[in-house]
Amino acid sequence: MTALAAKLRSALDSDLFFSFRHSPATVAAAVTVLVFLLGAGLAPWIAPHNTYEVVTLNLSDAFLPPAWTESGKASFLLGTDDQGRDVLSTIMLGARVSLMVGFAAVLFAATLGITLGLVSGYVGGLVDAAIMRVADVMLSFPAVLIALLIDGIARGVLPRDLHSRISIYVLIAAIGLSTWVQYARTVRATTMVEKSKEYVMAARVIGLHPALIMLRHVLPNVLGPVLVIATIGLAIAVLTEATLSFLGVGVPPTQPSLGTLIRVGNNFLYSGEWWMTIFPALALVVLVLSVNLLGDWLRDALNPKLR
Amino acid sequence: MTAFVVRRLMQAVLVMLTVGFIAFTMFNFIGDPVNNLVGPDATAEDRERIRVSLGLDRPFYVQYVKFLANAVQGQFGTSFRLGMKVTTVLAERMPATLELVFSAALISLCIGVPLGVYTGIHRRGVLSRVFLTFSLIGISLPTFLIGILLILIFSVYLKWLPSFGRGQVVDLGWWSTGFLTQSGLRSLILPAITLGLFQTTLIMRLVRAEMLEVMRTDYIKFARARGLSRRAINFGHALKNTLVPVITITGLQIGGLIAFAIITETVFQWPGMGLLFLQAIQYADVPVMSCYLILVALMFVMINLAVDLLYYAVDPRLRADRGAVRGRQV
Repeated sequence: MTALAAKLRSALDSDLFFSFRHSPATVAAAVTVLVFLLGAGLAPWIAPHNTYEVVTLNLSDAFLPPAWTESGKASFLLGTDDQGRDVLSTIMLGARVSLMVGFAAVLFAATLGITLGLVSGYVGGLVDAAIMRVADVMLSFPAVLIALLIDGIARGVLPRDLHSRISIYVLIAAIGLSTWVQYARTVRATTMVEKSKEYVMAARVIGLHPALIMLRHVLPNVLGPVLVIATIGLAIAVLTEATLSFLGVGVPPTQPSLGTLIRVGNNFLYSGEWWMTIFPALALVVLVLSVNLLGDWLRDALNPKLR
Repeated sequence: MTAFVVRRLMQAVLVMLTVGFIAFTMFNFIGDPVNNLVGPDATAEDRERIRVSLGLDRPFYVQYVKFLANAVQGQFGTSFRLGMKVTTVLAERMPATLELVFSAALISLCIGVPLGVYTGIHRRGVLSRVFLTFSLIGISLPTFLIGILLILIFSVYLKWLPSFGRGQVVDLGWWSTGFLTQSGLRSLILPAITLGLFQTTLIMRLVRAEMLEVMRTDYIKFARARGLSRRAINFGHALKNTLVPVITITGLQIGGLIAFAIITETVFQWPGMGLLFLQAIQYADVPVMSCYLILVALMFVMINLAVDLLYYAVDPRLRADRGAVRGRQV
């Protein structure tokens, strides 16, 4: 118990926490992200309505404006959509889908990128050249285009019903495969520096397997920059997911993400039902902006040159 | 110089071969090309005959070379969805996309550079802060949201500008242009702003950063000491030296603009190549997908090559490796 308290105290005393406390924008961003994580994570339990249950929907509640307008109902704070679903609940559940896809895509991209970067930097030679050429080719195209293409190929290869069932995994793979290069490049550069240091030499001298050296000795030392890329990568992944879902090649409409909500709401924008688009859009922008702010702070805080 | 050009050319060829290979694999292994050509009542002999006539019985690498040869001659087959030759379909759509991209690039330069100069010179001014805050919003908003918001404000509420399509176009030979009619120009405004906004903020921030850097240098101090007018210092000496990276980024971003036109074209139902590509993805229309891919890759590679050569010509200090320029987020 005391050990835990001591750990907590040293964490609160650290430089990182100091710079965190003294940056109001960062604190605000962190609180916002936390609210999103809690709201999205606990959405099935705390959302005012369960919008996945078709039985509970009432079409007479459709197209209700937000509660503070004249014809709004108090039980639907942000209004309802074309099927009578509560917009606030769809946003909470949608943010859940968006964040899940985002985290999974970041995890996938980071694992792939770190592995290839470690191998590329540690082994060098022909392997390095091959991996980096692939990275160059991928880097010359925008991530959205690559993700679109992967999704298109998946549609062609997989049977239609199978594709719609696993489309969320296809989406994760597409976003992951289009963003791994950043991780690989950074990890490769750091690995090449670390490789020539004495502790790696020592590990090599005592006859450790290269895979073990990479995993246990080099990896922990290259993770700092990766954390920064991963934070900003989460924002990019959420945005990419929203874009793809908006374009209609993302998650299926039965489990809408924020991008799908914006896409559906967009159909009713011309008839004046603005709340179906604007609130999910606002949620998306606030989430992405907060994550980006956190990432920026982390980059500055972890960069010793700026201290 | 020669070695540099040759190396860059080889890299470009390598990229094109890779993209060509991906397109070829898509062509041959997604679905059965024979099935796409014959009816359901074709006999086994018919299928075999078509297989042989398509060259599908030959080794993999022979097929790849043949595909490349066809691609160089612009033969990509027939669209599954539209039943027309892919090259015809794409050529019909190309003017719309290129006019959109051109307008977006023009907007971003005409607005981005002056704002960048202003915020760079008056770095503590109130207006500078306003511009910078707006640019932060511009970077955080995804493209499709900017489009939706513009439609909401200017089409739905104010009813000033059309929200979809290209308006009236004039045919100049094979090129159809929207620049010559009033409705064409009015239709162009919102999509071009949507597509160009990110690049505007990017150029503005870039010019600002470069200006801040240049204003600290000795030759600017010396120019001040010589008593030159502010105008001559700001535009004659300072701005000139910030333009090299601006040219590079603008060039590289044009490739990005072509790809991001997919999103803008979807929001505004703009009849360009991007919308066609998106529909091709939704219907798994492989010939259109692979042709678009190769076309876009070709444009990217040529722009990259041109920028590299331009960079080399303008700034001899930075020879071979220009670091990868970070693209936009989404």
